[in-house]
Parts: sequence; structure tokens; C-alpha cells
Amino acid sequence: MKSILKRYRVFLIILLGLLIVTLFNKTLGLHALSVTAYSLKELLLVVPPIFILLGLLDVWVPKETMMKYMGEGSGIKGVLLAFIIGSAAAGPLYGAFPVAAVLMKKGVSFKNVLIFIGAWSTTKIPMLLFEISALGMKFALTRLLIDIPGIIIISFILSSVISKKEVKEIYENAGDLSS
Amino acid sequence: MNIILYAITLALLLFSFFKDKRKTKTALKKAWKSFSNILPQMLVVLLLVGMLLAILNEEVILKIIGVNSGWLGVFLASVVGSITLIPGFIAFPTAAMLLDGGAGYMQIGAFISSLMMVGIVTIPVEIKYFGKKITYLRNALAFLFSFLVAFIIGWVVNTL
Repeated sequence: MKSILKRYRVFLIILLGLLIVTLFNKTLGLHALSVTAYSLKELLLVVPPIFILLGLLDVWVPKETMMKYMGEGSGIKGVLLAFIIGSAAAGPLYGAFPVAAVLMKKGVSFKNVLIFIGAWSTTKIPMLLFEISALGMKFALTRLLIDIPGIIIISFILSSVISKKEVKEIYENAGDLSS
Repeated sequence: MNIILYAITLALLLFSFFKDKRKTKTALKKAWKSFSNILPQMLVVLLLVGMLLAILNEEVILKIIGVNSGWLGVFLASVVGSITLIPGFIAFPTAAMLLDGGAGYMQIGAFISSLMMVGIVTIPVEIKYFGKKITYLRNALAFLFSFLVAFIIGWVVNTL
């Protein structure tokens, strides 16, 4: 019980703050609460299956397989797979981080993990269809065409400025987070 | 879309269960562990976003990123996009509405791009997984990248 309280401490403090604000400014407070409730509903709807899939991936797919297809030296095949997995995803960016942790644990190269994060954030297929209907084909396709090289370039820059030792630390930490 | 996700998950879960009950149990345990690992921070993020969106209504946003707001508008649009975290199915219709209401394509391009790639409120979660260096650098690069996106989208929409 105590540890639960401790872990949710920040959340409870902010919630209390928001409730106090609501006492003074009802419209603003209720608006904030309703937006929060709405995103919470979205979260609880989309996130559980992602985590279950993640658990299944972790248990069933051997590290050697993932390393072969997406590890160091997997080349263009690994990049493509990272794009496909990221683009097929659903859910907000913070849902991608636990998935990234499992990918790291399975020996996927750091560059491909970063590409996966980039794809998850910007080239999700379900979202693209939605973007086309809201903002038009020209806008959506232009953005997609700039984003694909953008994701690759950002991933290359990030993985080239970080040292082998730092990558090792991130990977060890990822193992702890998802075991 | 959610139905497909649930159907696939359920099918794989059942398949896994019939193949190996023990492994399936481990998988579910792992799923729960990673979920409860990230849940406290996610709740904080949701609350912060709720508060931000309540303060930044359309009128305020439109004032900042109107069609004549130029590069300053692009910059501010990127800042707003970086701070807020709106799910796509709210963000796109909102963006369409803002365009109708007088926002510029460049500004909306910057807004959408930074909205998707930069996450200021999720930085604590990202650091937990990627460490400070990668997190800060990734967000900074994505922020700069949104200017390029704005420039090209503005150019495409206005000339093609």
C-alpha cells in the first residue's frame, strides 16, 4: 500500500491541485478534467493489447531471431522492419517506449530501435488515413515523404553521437525495465 | 481500428495458451509488469495535458499561428506542438479547423510535426528508457526538423 502511494505520489498531488483549481474556476477545471478523462479512456482502450502483444513477443520470439533480422549488420532489412513495426502501431508515443525496451532486450540494434520510435511517432498507417481525410492528400503525403528520410537521418545522428558504453548502459537498463 | 488490434491480440493469446500455458502466463505477467511500470507517469502526463488543453483553447492558438504570423508563428506553432500531446484523431480535425479559422499551412505543418515527434511532457518517461542524452538530443533534433517540414509543406501547398 505504502509503495503504491509513493509511486502515484506525483499524480495524486497534481490531481489534488487540479481539484483545488476547479473550486475557484469551475469551467477551466472541469474542462481539464474532461480532457484527462477522455485521454484516459483512450489509453485504457489501446494500451492493454499492446502490452499483451509485447509480453507474447518477449516469451515466444527468441533473441537470435530478432538479432538476425534487426540486430547489428541487419542492414536495409532491419531498417525496413523497424519502419513496418513502428508504422503498424497504434497509440501515443509513450506507448512506444516499453516496446523499444523489449526490442533492445532482444538484441535489436540501437539505430533500428530509434527508427522504430520515429516511425511510431510519425508514420502510423491508421493515423495517416485519418490525416488524409482531415487535412488532404497533399498535406499528408508531403509530410510522410519528408518524415521518412527525416526519421532515418535523426536515427543516424543519434546513434553516431552516443558511445558504445552509453548504449550498453541503456540496453542494460531496458532489460531491467521489462524483465 | 481498435477491434483489429483486439482481435489479433486475442487470437495470438489463445494460440499461445493452447501451445504452452506456462509461457502464456509468463507473458501476461510481463505485460502487467511493464504496464504498471509506466502507469504512474502516464497518469501524470494525461493530467498535465488535460490542464494544458484547457488553457490553450482554439482562440489562443489561432492568435499565435495565423496565416500572417510568418516564421515567428512557425516557431510558436512548434513550441505549442512540442508541449501538448494530443491524440491524432483529435489533432487532425483540430488542425483542419484551425486552417479554416485562418491558420497558415506552414504553421500547421510545424504544429503537427512537433506534436508527433517532440514530447516535452513525456520527457520523464523517455528518460527512464533512453537516458538523458538521447532523450534531449532526439527532442531537440525533432524540434528543428519541424521547421524543415513547415518550410516544405508551405512550399508544396503554395506552389504545386
